[in-house]
Amino acid sequence: MLAIKNVNTFYGQIHALKNVSLHLSRGEIVTLIGANGAGKTTLINTISGITPPRSGNIIFDGLPITSFPPHRIVELGICQVPEGRQIFKTLSVQENLELGAYLHLRHRGGSKIYRKTVEEIFELFPVLRERRKQPAGTLSGGEQQMLAISRALMAHPKLMLLDEPSMGLAPLIVKEIFAVIEELARRGGTTILLVEQNAKAALKIADRGYVLETGKVILEGSAAELEENKEVKRAYLGRDRKEIWER
Amino acid sequence: MKIWDPLHECMPREDIEQLQLERLQATLNRVYKNVVHYRKIFNEISFVPEDFQSIEDLKKLPFTTHEDLESNYPYGMFAVPLREVVRIHSAPGTSMKPIVVGYTKNDIRTWANLVARFMVAAGVDRDDVVQISFLYGLQTGAFGLHYGAEAIGASVIPTSTGNTEKQVMIMQDYRSTVLVCTPSYALKIAAFMEEQNINPHGLALRLGLFGGEPWSEAKREEIENRLGISATDNYGISEIIGPGIAGECACKSGLHLFEDAFYPEIIDPETKRVLPPGSMGELVLTTLTREAFPLIRYRTGDITRLNYSPCDCGRTLVRMEKPSGRTDDMLIVKGVNVFPSQIREIISSITGEQPAFQIVVDHRPTLDQVELQIEITEKIFALELNEQRQLLDFLKKRIFSVVGLTTTLRLVEPGSLSRESKQVRHIWPDNSV
Repeated sequence: MLAIKNVNTFYGQIHALKNVSLHLSRGEIVTLIGANGAGKTTLINTISGITPPRSGNIIFDGLPITSFPPHRIVELGICQVPEGRQIFKTLSVQENLELGAYLHLRHRGGSKIYRKTVEEIFELFPVLRERRKQPAGTLSGGEQQMLAISRALMAHPKLMLLDEPSMGLAPLIVKEIFAVIEELARRGGTTILLVEQNAKAALKIADRGYVLETGKVILEGSAAELEENKEVKRAYLGRDRKEIWER
Repeated sequence: MKIWDPLHECMPREDIEQLQLERLQATLNRVYKNVVHYRKIFNEISFVPEDFQSIEDLKKLPFTTHEDLESNYPYGMFAVPLREVVRIHSAPGTSMKPIVVGYTKNDIRTWANLVARFMVAAGVDRDDVVQISFLYGLQTGAFGLHYGAEAIGASVIPTSTGNTEKQVMIMQDYRSTVLVCTPSYALKIAAFMEEQNINPHGLALRLGLFGGEPWSEAKREEIENRLGISATDNYGISEIIGPGIAGECACKSGLHLFEDAFYPEIIDPETKRVLPPGSMGELVLTTLTREAFPLIRYRTGDITRLNYSPCDCGRTLVRMEKPSGRTDDMLIVKGVNVFPSQIREIISSITGEQPAFQIVVDHRPTLDQVELQIEITEKIFALELNEQRQLLDFLKKRIFSVVGLTTTLRLVEPGSLSRESKQVRHIWPDNSV
């Protein structure tokens, strides 16, 4: 559904993505693994149009979207859940969700869709129903992440770009959030591109993954293969740290 | 017809190309980082892998040759530290040293799944009893085929090679349904059964998966008739992975090459130019998923052609023709690859001289016979009869231990083999000697 070919993205002089190619099939969970600064977030921002690439092609459902502005890309069904949640802290939970639904609310009959979607989201995250009147800033970290994901879901995305959803969260909450992500793909059919520092957790729910290193893809494979790859283990899974070259 | 990995075997062309590009880019980035040889040759042409934009760019890269692998003996071409390698196999070199090939855990798993693809394509399933009559050892054949059959869930009998009587006994008593060996060994088994008045139709045998050496359509027909089975071909070379590069489906009209794991090109062996699709030329392979032993544009030396038209079986993978020859003088006898240069080196290391010699391959018996003719030198002539015999015995043993081939040896008169005559002579069934 998404095919990226030879994308090059720059921050001023810095060449952040170097001929990166990647694809996602419908309903797949694909994870990007890599150290800080490898280009994971840049890739997500490049897809969503926030930092457009200098060259390369991004094709979504057969449509070239490479030079589209972010709002057009959202309209096509690609939603980003940014790193650090970025929810509107002074607004209530409900208001945050309304903002996520602006695409539907603009249209006639949109409020009906909105109410239905909100109901579905409260089913998914019951705690948000309890807190719906509260300012979002008063939520716990985990609840804020749930809200950030929910806000993206309000737009009924075909493809969700998740940037570090586990950041700063307690292991139990991470587990809960990852279970929801898996559910979205497996039952909801949403395609998911997942950037994670917690490679171990990400590989557990992913179908496939790409390993990025200094802006380049150095490995592509099934989640099982990447989990078994010693280089991935050593660098990103925190196992087998000792490096011995015997030649 | 069942398909083992429909996702990868039936991909639309566009998707295969996207996946190939992704994997090529990743492989190039990795070899540049981890393999000294590639970093060196890429630097020489000022190629930086991160500039690689399309499969077309591959044409600009240098080839990897047999000599490159030999000069990096033993571990120079490995892309991972040895502690990550779980298996080491070897392929014959042109000298006395072999080529060393490594596999990570993932490589072994990939290998099993690739072999399973052509086994399933040939009709093997979990209810089959698979008799593997390839040598279990340094060579890749037996192990790859073994893993593939196990991955499918078939019952595997690792009979290894030799002892035809026992092979046939096992085939009868264990009710083997699939025979996996070289095509010439299949004919030897057929000949043995005919000798012993064993009716092949009384056996449970239904499929034969043959590889390790080139064989003709005529040979397929002969095997199928004499053993009463359906016979399919598969292709593999040890430098790349072993069996599991390509294999026939039940349509028997070309070997599906597993393009998501190996990128094929056909070149003119003289000009080294890439030839348009459908041309006959040398097969060049680039590995796309290998971890321990990735190779870029490896020249296989095998002459074949690629057919991109769709196959009736539903697989979209390109089909390669049975290899119809070699670009070098490598011989394939009884599934063993032999370079005349290896024989030359053995002779000179033992005799201390470089007498003229000729390898005569007699294709008339069911199993090819190899005779090595060496011109007698003064030094050998001066030896006592006893010592001469010892020398020849030693030579024979040495050839067996280095090359893995049993030969007969004959000393011939000096000058009887002209210097210009070919190092290899074939005797075909319809030739007069």
